[in-house]
Amino acid sequence: MNRETTPTADRGTANTGADHGEVLLRVENLVKYFPVQSGQLIRSKRDFVHAVDDVSLEIRQGQTLGLVGETGCGKSTLARCIARLHDITSGKIIFDGHDISTISARRMRPFRREIQMIFQDPYGSLNPRRRVGSIIGDPFAIHHIASGADRKRRVQHLMELVGLNPEHYNRFPAEFSGGQRQRIGVARALAFTPKLIICDEPVSALDVSIQAQIINLLADLQSELGLTYLFIAHDLSVVRHVSNTVAVMYLGKVTEQSPVEQLWAHPRHPYTDALLSAVPIPDPEFAGRRERIILVGDVPSPINPPSGCRFHPRCPKARQACVEEVPELEPRLGDEPDHRAACLFPVEDGEDISKSRPSIGADKRVIETGLVAGS
Amino acid sequence: MTRFLVRRTAQGLFVMWLMTVTVFLIFFIGPGPALVARTLAGRQATLAQVAEVAHRLLLDRPWYVQYGHFVWLLLHGNLGYDYYHSQSVNSVIAQAFPITLSLVVGASVLWLAIGLASGIVSAVKTRSIWDRTFTTLALLFYSMPTFVLGFLLILGLYYELSIHHASIFPAPGTWVPLTQNPLQWAHGLILPWFTLALVTAATYTRLTRGSMLDVSGEDFIRTARSKGMSERRVIFRHNLRASLTPVVTQFGLDVGVLIGGAIITESVFSLPGLGYTAVQAINQQDLPVVIGVVIVASAGVIVANVLVDILYAVLDPRVRLH
Amino acid sequence: MFNIQQQPGQAEAALLETMGAVPAAEGEAAKKIEGRSPWRLAWERLRHDRAAMISLGIIALIVLVAIFAPVVAAITGHGVYQQFRGPQPPLGLSATDQPVGPGSAFLLGTDDQARDILVRIAYGARISLFVGVVATAVTVFGGLVIGLAAGFFGGWVDSVLARFLDWLLAVPFLLFAISLVSVVQIHPIGPLQPGLPVVIIVLGFFGWAAVGRIVRGQVLSIREKEYIEAARALGAGPWRIMFIDILPNLLAQLIVYTTLLIPVTIVGEASLSFLGVGIQPPTADWGEMISSASGIYLYGSWWYLLFPSLALLITTLAFNIFGDGVRDAFDPRGNLFV
Repeated sequence: MNRETTPTADRGTANTGADHGEVLLRVENLVKYFPVQSGQLIRSKRDFVHAVDDVSLEIRQGQTLGLVGETGCGKSTLARCIARLHDITSGKIIFDGHDISTISARRMRPFRREIQMIFQDPYGSLNPRRRVGSIIGDPFAIHHIASGADRKRRVQHLMELVGLNPEHYNRFPAEFSGGQRQRIGVARALAFTPKLIICDEPVSALDVSIQAQIINLLADLQSELGLTYLFIAHDLSVVRHVSNTVAVMYLGKVTEQSPVEQLWAHPRHPYTDALLSAVPIPDPEFAGRRERIILVGDVPSPINPPSGCRFHPRCPKARQACVEEVPELEPRLGDEPDHRAACLFPVEDGEDISKSRPSIGADKRVIETGLVAGS
Repeated sequence: MTRFLVRRTAQGLFVMWLMTVTVFLIFFIGPGPALVARTLAGRQATLAQVAEVAHRLLLDRPWYVQYGHFVWLLLHGNLGYDYYHSQSVNSVIAQAFPITLSLVVGASVLWLAIGLASGIVSAVKTRSIWDRTFTTLALLFYSMPTFVLGFLLILGLYYELSIHHASIFPAPGTWVPLTQNPLQWAHGLILPWFTLALVTAATYTRLTRGSMLDVSGEDFIRTARSKGMSERRVIFRHNLRASLTPVVTQFGLDVGVLIGGAIITESVFSLPGLGYTAVQAINQQDLPVVIGVVIVASAGVIVANVLVDILYAVLDPRVRLH
Repeated sequence: MFNIQQQPGQAEAALLETMGAVPAAEGEAAKKIEGRSPWRLAWERLRHDRAAMISLGIIALIVLVAIFAPVVAAITGHGVYQQFRGPQPPLGLSATDQPVGPGSAFLLGTDDQARDILVRIAYGARISLFVGVVATAVTVFGGLVIGLAAGFFGGWVDSVLARFLDWLLAVPFLLFAISLVSVVQIHPIGPLQPGLPVVIIVLGFFGWAAVGRIVRGQVLSIREKEYIEAARALGAGPWRIMFIDILPNLLAQLIVYTTLLIPVTIVGEASLSFLGVGIQPPTADWGEMISSASGIYLYGSWWYLLFPSLALLITTLAFNIFGDGVRDAFDPRGNLFV
């Protein structure tokens, strides 16, 4: 990550998409369905929530993969599957060369020192009845690494590392602010200097000024300790700031994946384009010239996703083929192999899709009122 | 909604079935086969009578046959035969039930009225002299065992008055059926009603007060008030309505339990209702009656529980999805 | 009982602190770094609740009386089973063979067996307190285990245990207690021996339903919290999560419930004895005394009825007031507990 702040600055630094180490995490065709409580004996396909539907991605050592999407797109579920907090329905998770997709809890334990999570809610992710020293020291206690004075020393070192006062070792979470609690969560995750840290929207619940602090903290830690991040967020500007590569998710599938600046400069998927157009731009003149692409309706229910390309009901460029064919995630319009999009009619450079009109029937689209016509 | 109804009723039936199994285990299996016939026949039975009982109840057959027979009789509404008094348990219960019913209905009206009224006043005039008085009284009566209150009332309002020749209330044990003489019926029940009602009302005062205070903090109350609604309407139409659910639930449960007999109150006032009958039966080791009352009481509680749950689901749709 | 407002001095101090005023001494600063645990806060609130503290004092007094009942017997010179039928003084029965009222010889009068009521009340305290505490402990412990297992493990364990709790709740307690005890008197079943054991077990067992339900509900809601997920992500096993993460969040409510359950148990024991199926005479027991008194008070021995009733009432009242105080201490705004 670097600390670029101006949106138009060109990212010409060395670690953009370059091979910065080996592949640390590879996810292959990951599928996670949740059964819906239907009370019926026989479950048809309709009775599952298709939270993650055939996702593949990889993260290289020392890099940050940003994962973006609206609420309900499956990014949090994906994160939890990678951390083996859920059992996956099918697919592979290969971490540091080891296949951890289906291993038992006991065999997963040593890997839990290498894969850690930072959670979104600074108020919910810490046990209110425990002192922070005890919370941060949890990893040491669980894996029987250090105890007593040694553990306390290590915990206090971690507290210093994240910018907390080590003398607050005996305080309770209620006595800290939101930003400080998030730091406690980071300290807890750092206990064993894990290889991979999954950050599940770590700054979404914080005030904007505090967000900057936490993001800078994460950046510093990454360069100091050589960490690898999977960074999940729904705010694109945050993601742009912290990531080397970005993947965009929609309804359980990855719709576009590319090195970060490529995504901003040449978005290929209409959904990505729409998301980008919604990002606030500080320069009022530039903002005024831009056309907002407004998507109609909400993300459909993942229990019964649309056929073909899942985005077709809301896509300004939808054609009949989009209803029938599921587009593959592959490079389009002559892009580099590391920039892939799942779209049959990708956005060309300079195309303004706010002027497009879909050419599929109204019954397949979401129209202004948010209801499908005829229902 | 129907699915919830079916599910809840099925649960209730299941628990009822469990109850029959429990009763069977305790009373028919527990004491051991040799003792069962003897105890069921009663202490005064001769050997011949014991043998007859043993044969009638199929005690020489395997346990599953016995159980089947037991359940079969139950399903036909037959609760067994009381050898001690030479009448069917059904008739024993039929005689005792109206007394319990009179006691429970009268007391429940009283405790609802007292509990709700004092609870509402306490909630509306928080920290006033009313609130403190009612809360203290509620605490006092809540801590008082029913029999203590009963005897104190008898001591003060019957005994002391009667030795000073100023009797207002009749002696404990006076029971006149409603159909015979309504005035005397009520007269004999006043002290028992108040005993049962005051102790139970204490819970309702606390419950109503707590519930209304909780609701009064909600936004919709504030909105109603800011719309210019009269305070009385805010209290009764909005606050009270929303607060009633736990009270209704509690009421259903309380009545359900009391259907099986307000044992202590009936014992204190010598009213031969179901509870009193059950205690007598236990002392006389008249097990058929005990079994009968236990079954009726359990059924009362289970039915009340199911009804309360269904009522709750009607009042609060969120529950149905659970 | 009523939420006691903070003393004015405290409010000022709090305000000063938020404005950044530096605390006076080094010791104070060090103490402020120490975490102000929720337990400490609750204890502070409880300490300032006058009604609760007075009740605590009364409870302590009753406990002392119970422990030193033999001392009471020694001081008065009257044994707990000792009958004073004469002909030497002190005379426990009047000329007409009625109990003697309160006086210099017998401070609280005698009962129908010419025994000293004061001494019997002191010994009765032992039974009430012992059964109250032990049976409550049985209830809370059993209910906790059941609720934890049902809520945490879910699945079939939960189904079975939830049905069990439903059944328990449906059982008409008093009737069953009476029936069980009477059956057991004929034919003891295992640990259900007549007398103290069966009373404690019966009282304790039936309480599992309420506690189990409450605990189960709590565990179910705690289980969904993110910090439990975090613990799992760290590699914590189920037992560790149960004891170190879930249990501390249950403790406050459990403590409140326990304190409020004790008086209920005491009344339950007294009721059983009153009905003749609890502690048997000649053991001194408040419920049994009230039961005997109810037979003969009609002939004028009001003291025999009044004093055990007062003892029972005062004990229950003290525990209830203290229990209310504990609940208010943990939950001043009244939104956590029922």
